[in-house]
Amino acid sequence: MTVTRIGEAVRRKEDHRFITGKGQYTDDIFRPRQAHAYFLRSPHAHARIRSIDTAEALAMPGVVAILTGKELAEDKLGDLICGWMIHDIHGQPMKMGSHPALAKEKVRYVGDHVAVVIAEQLDQAKDAAAAIAVDYDVLPAVAELAGATDSATLVHDEIPGNLAFEWHLGDAAATERAFAEARHVTTLEIVNNRLIPNAMEPRAAIGEYDSGNDAYTLWTTSQNPHVARLVLSAFVGIAPEHKLRVIAPDVGGGFGSKIFIYAEETVCAWASKRVGRPVKWTGDRSEAFLSDAHGRDHITTAELAMDERGKILGLRVKTRANMGAYLSTFASSIPTYLYAPLLSGQYDIPAIHAAVEAVYTTTAPVDAYRGAGRPEATFVIERLMEVAARELGVDPADFRKRNFVRKFPHQTPVIMAYDTGDYRASLDKAMKIADVKGFGRRRRHSARQGKLRGLGYSCYIEACGIAPSQAVGSLGAGVGLWESAEVRVNPTGNVEILTGSHSHGQGHETTFAQLVSDRLGIPIEQVTVVHGDTDKVQFGMGTYGSRSGAVGMSAIVKALDKVEAKAKKIASHLLEASVADIEFRDGQFTVAGTDRSIDFASVALNAYVAHKFPTSEIEPGLKEGAFYDPVNFTFPAGTHICEVEIDPETGKTTIASWTAVDDFGVVINPMIVEGQVHGGIAQGVGQALMEAASYDRDGQLVTGSFMDYAMPRAEDLPSFQMGFTQTRCPSNPLGIKGCGEAGAIAAPPAVINAITDALGTEAVPMPATPSTVWEVMRAFGPAARAAE
Amino acid sequence: MFAFTYHRPSSVRRAAALVASAEDGKLLAGGQTLLPTLKLRLAAPGDLVDLGAVPDLSGISLAGRTLTIGAMTRHAEVAASPVVRAALPALADLAAVIGDPQVRNRGTLGGSVANNDPSADYPAACLGLGATIITNQRRIEADDFFLGLFETALEPGEIITRIAFPAVKKAAYVKFRHPASRFAMVGVFAAKRTSDIRVAVTGASQNGVFRWQEAEQALRRRFAGKTLDGMSPPADDMVSDIHGSGEYRAHLVGVIARRAVEAAADA
Amino acid sequence: MPIVTMTVNGRTASADIDPRTLLVQFLRENLMLTGTHVGCDTSQCGACTVHLDGDAVKSCTVLALQAEGCAVTTIEGLGAPGLLHPMQEAFREHHGLQCGFCTPGMIMAAVDIVHRHGNELSETLIRHELDGNICRCTGYHNIVKAVAEGARAMAPAMGAGGTGSTGLRTAAE
Repeated sequence: MTVTRIGEAVRRKEDHRFITGKGQYTDDIFRPRQAHAYFLRSPHAHARIRSIDTAEALAMPGVVAILTGKELAEDKLGDLICGWMIHDIHGQPMKMGSHPALAKEKVRYVGDHVAVVIAEQLDQAKDAAAAIAVDYDVLPAVAELAGATDSATLVHDEIPGNLAFEWHLGDAAATERAFAEARHVTTLEIVNNRLIPNAMEPRAAIGEYDSGNDAYTLWTTSQNPHVARLVLSAFVGIAPEHKLRVIAPDVGGGFGSKIFIYAEETVCAWASKRVGRPVKWTGDRSEAFLSDAHGRDHITTAELAMDERGKILGLRVKTRANMGAYLSTFASSIPTYLYAPLLSGQYDIPAIHAAVEAVYTTTAPVDAYRGAGRPEATFVIERLMEVAARELGVDPADFRKRNFVRKFPHQTPVIMAYDTGDYRASLDKAMKIADVKGFGRRRRHSARQGKLRGLGYSCYIEACGIAPSQAVGSLGAGVGLWESAEVRVNPTGNVEILTGSHSHGQGHETTFAQLVSDRLGIPIEQVTVVHGDTDKVQFGMGTYGSRSGAVGMSAIVKALDKVEAKAKKIASHLLEASVADIEFRDGQFTVAGTDRSIDFASVALNAYVAHKFPTSEIEPGLKEGAFYDPVNFTFPAGTHICEVEIDPETGKTTIASWTAVDDFGVVINPMIVEGQVHGGIAQGVGQALMEAASYDRDGQLVTGSFMDYAMPRAEDLPSFQMGFTQTRCPSNPLGIKGCGEAGAIAAPPAVINAITDALGTEAVPMPATPSTVWEVMRAFGPAARAAE
Repeated sequence: MFAFTYHRPSSVRRAAALVASAEDGKLLAGGQTLLPTLKLRLAAPGDLVDLGAVPDLSGISLAGRTLTIGAMTRHAEVAASPVVRAALPALADLAAVIGDPQVRNRGTLGGSVANNDPSADYPAACLGLGATIITNQRRIEADDFFLGLFETALEPGEIITRIAFPAVKKAAYVKFRHPASRFAMVGVFAAKRTSDIRVAVTGASQNGVFRWQEAEQALRRRFAGKTLDGMSPPADDMVSDIHGSGEYRAHLVGVIARRAVEAAADA
Repeated sequence: MPIVTMTVNGRTASADIDPRTLLVQFLRENLMLTGTHVGCDTSQCGACTVHLDGDAVKSCTVLALQAEGCAVTTIEGLGAPGLLHPMQEAFREHHGLQCGFCTPGMIMAAVDIVHRHGNELSETLIRHELDGNICRCTGYHNIVKAVAEGARAMAPAMGAGGTGSTGLRTAAE
C-alpha cells in the first residue's frame, strides 16, 4: 500500500460495492413494518378539484391511509419553496405561485399530486388509487411557452400574464449603441429544447417516525441532504431540524434533478407520523417523466453586432424561459444568474444586454439540469459565433481566435470576472487532435459514399465552483454556497473525511481520499469519505454546479491545514524540538536538519493517548473542521469539435468523431475527470440529436417513457478523443476549476454547428432527429434552394 | 399490474381450453410486449395462460424448401440457428435485430406474430415470404392473417403452434429503427421466389404491416433497387406523429425498400 | 397464492407469491438480492438484467412464476465468494461505472455478450450488443473498453492474472 498522489488515475474505492451488487440505494432499504405509498396524480394539465371521494378506496384490501391536501392543511404544512429570490425589472419580487405537496384547490400539470395512498403492498395502493373518485372541473391548458403570456387562462389565479418575472442584465443603452455602430449583425432564433434528466435510479423516499424520540428519519435520493432537511424543517415545517435526520445513501445519478425538494419525500416523511409506520415510495420511470423537474426549455432571439474587421461589438439576447407550473427549488436562478452571465462566452464583448421572461405553463416544473443555464448560454453564443463567421466568410476558428479574451483577469459586462484561461491553447490543441486540416479529404470521402459531412466547433466557458456566498446573496440566493469538511484522524492513524458534498457517481470517495493520501502521506485505503447523512456529517450544501472539487475539496484542504498544524505541535513534543523546526513530508514529521522523525500514525496515537504533551496547551485528539467559502466562481473552458456524417436519404446523423480539450485547472484524478466529460458529452449529444420532452396542446406529456423519449445508447455515440490544457485556478488552494458539466455545456452547439455545416443551412432545430434533418433538407436543402 | 389468475398448462389443448373458458384470458408466450402492457395497467386480463411449459412448441426444422419454426422459439434461437442461417438467412438477420439481446432471449416468434404490433419485425417476414401460420385448428396464409393494428385472423382459443416459411434465398430485411423505442420506424422485407415478388412493410402504416403492391409490380419488371428510385407509398396512409410526418415515413419506406431489394438481389 | 421454486445463484429459493410478482421483485423483495435494479417500466433500460438458464433477460419483464424450475444468476452470484468475475474487475479497472445503478445489469449483459460472441469483441459489436442497456453517466466510452477487456480476461488460459477456465481473479480489495 502506497501513497496516492494528486494527478494519478487511481481506481475508484467505491466501485467494489457497485460491481458486486452491494450498493445501497434508497429502494434497497427495507424498514420493518414499512407501508408503500402510491401517488394519485392529475390526469389533467389544469383543473379545479371540486371534490375527492376516498370512501370506496379506503375500504379496499391492504389500504392503510389515503391523504390529500385537506390533511396537509389540517397539519398546517407549508408549501414547497423556491430558494432564490429574483427581483424583476421594476424591483419587485418574483411572483411565486403556491406549491403545496398535495394539491389543494387546483392541479396544474399532468402528474401533479392529488392524493397519496398508503397500503401494505404497492399493487394494493395502486388498486385503491384507481378507486378514488376525483371530480375535476377541467380548465384549459397553458401548454405552449410561446403563447403563455397572452393566454386568457392563468396557471395561478393571482399571477397575471402567467409571468413569474421579467428580468434583465447588462447595459441596454451601451448595447443599443454597439448595434447602431455595427457593420454586420447576425441574428438567430433559437429554441433550446426541453429535456428530462432521467438519472437511471428513479427518485425514492422512505419516511420513518420514531414516536419514542419524536424524531423523523428520511432516506431520500438527494444530492444535498442538509438542504433538504433545512427546507423540510424551516419552510414546510415537518419537524425541527434537530428532529429530522435526512440520509441520502447511494444515489444513482442526479444531474440536478435530485437537488430539489419534491412533494414525494415531503409526503413520505409527514405521512409516517400520521400512519405510525415507515412509508416508502419508489418512483417508476413513468412517474419520473411526469414529475421530475425538467430542464432547459427556452425560446431566444439573439443578435451579435460586429465591426468591419469582424470584431464583436455587442450582444443582445431576449429569452423566454419556461418555469412549468410551479417554481421549483432553484428554478428562478437558472434562466437568470446561471444563464445571462455566461453569454460573453470566451469572447471580449464590450456590451451585452439580456432580457428574460420567466413564464408559468401547465407543465412539470423546470429547474437545473446538468449545466443549468450555462448550456443555454453557450448554445446562444456558440451558434452565433459559427453563423457570424459563415456570414462574414471567415473561418469559424479564426473568427473565434480574433475575439477571444486574451488578458486576465477579464471583467465581462455581465457580472463575471474571468480569472484565468488560455482559450487559444485549447482550440489549437483540439484542432490538432481532430485533424481539422484533413477534414476536406474526409468530406470528399463521405461525398463519394453519398454522405454529407460537417464539422462544428464549440468553445465553451462555464462558471462553476458555485459560489461566493456574499455574491450569490446579493443576487437573491436564500442560502450561502460554501462547503464544509471535517477531518477525523483516528487513534490508529486512519482518517475519516466528513464532507457536505454528496457523491452520486462523481467518485468523491476516491478523489477526496486521494487528496488526503497525498497530503498526509498515508495509503488511500486508510481514508474513508463519509457523506450523505445529516446525523453524521456537519451541515453542508451538497453537490451541483461542478462545485464539489473546487469548493468541497477546498474545505477539506482547510481542515487538513489545521490537522497538520496541530499534529506538528504534538510532534514537537514527541521529538522534543521547537514546533517551528518540525517539517511534515510524506507522512513523516521530521526535525529540520536532523534524522529525528516520527510518522503520522504515531502522532495520531499520541494525540489520543495524550501522555506526552501538556493538555493545558494542546487539546487531546486530532479532529478538525472547516468551512470554505469560495472567493470567486471558477471558469473551466475548452474546445469541443464534432464531426458528423449525415445520410441525406434518411436524415440520420452519425457522430463520426468527437474531440474534447478542456482546461479544468489542476486535475486530481484524470480517469474520473475524463469520465465526467464523457458522460456530459453524451447528454449534450442527446439534447442535440435525440432528446425532447414534448407536451401536446392539452398539456399531456407525449414523451412519457423511453418508448418516445430517446435516450442515447452505446450505438449512438463514438469513443471520444480527449485532451487537457491547464491554467491553474488562482482562487482556490488546489487550483481546481470543476468538470462535471463541461460536456453537457459544450456538446449541443458543436453538434448543431457540424450539422448546419454539412447541410449548408442554419435552420436546424434541436433535436436534429432523422425526420427533422430530412424535413430541413426538404425545405432548405440544395433541391429546395435550386427550386427558388 | 391488475390481479390475475395464472395458469401453466402442459398441452396446447389444455391451454386452448383455459383461454377459451376464461372471461378475459390472455396467452403468455415470451411476454416481452404483454408484461410491460400489464405493468402499465393498460390491460387487465383475468387469466394468464403461460405457454412456457407446453412441450414441442419450439424448435427449428427444414424439410425440403420449407423452414418450420415453433411458435415458442425465441428470437435469439432463430438468429443463431445454423439451419435458418443456411436456408433463409434473411430471417436470421431479421431475428437478430428485434428489440435488444435480452428481449431476443425471451421474445418468441408466435408471440410476435399473434400480437401483430404495427412496428414488429416478424409480421414483415411472414408477409414478405408468404409464410403459413399454423394453429391448433388450421393453417392460415400470411396474406389472410394480418388484419390491421393488433388484429389477426386468430379466433378466441386459437393458438399458433408453428410457422412455415418458404426457404427463399433472394430475400432481405432492412430496418430503420425508431430513435427511442428501437422498434421499426420502417422495416421492409423484400423477397423474390421465382415470379413471386413480395415487399412487406412494417412500422410505417397506420394500418400495420402491409404489402407494398405498387413496388412489387414495378419489381416484376426488374428486381433491382434502382427500380424503386423515386417511389414511395401514399403519405396519407402513414403514421404521422412527433417522431416523423407521414411524408417522412412514406419517403423512408421508399428508401428502405430500395435498400432491402438491393440486398435481396445480391443475396 | 401459488408457490414458485427456482435456483438462484446456486441455491434453491421457494416462496408463496402473488402471481403478479415479477422476477425482479422476487429477487429484491423475497430474497433481498438488491443488486438487481429497476430503472424503467417499459423493458428498455436493462438495469434489471439477470441470467435465466444462462441467458441474459430483463427480470422486470419475466413473471417470477415463469421462472419456475429455472436457474437464475444475479450480480451477487457472479464470480465466487471473495473473487471478482473478470468482467466485474474490468468495469472497475476501466472506470466503466459512475453512479453504479445500471452497472449490475450492464455487467450481466456484458457476460452474456461474451457467451454468445467469444472473447475478441470489436467496438462496433459491443456498442450494438449493448442496445438493451442504458447508462446516463458514462457516455458508454469506458463501458465499451471494459467489456472488450473483460471479454479477453474471460478467455480460458489467459496469461497474467487469469486462473484458468473459471476466469476468476482474487478481489483486489
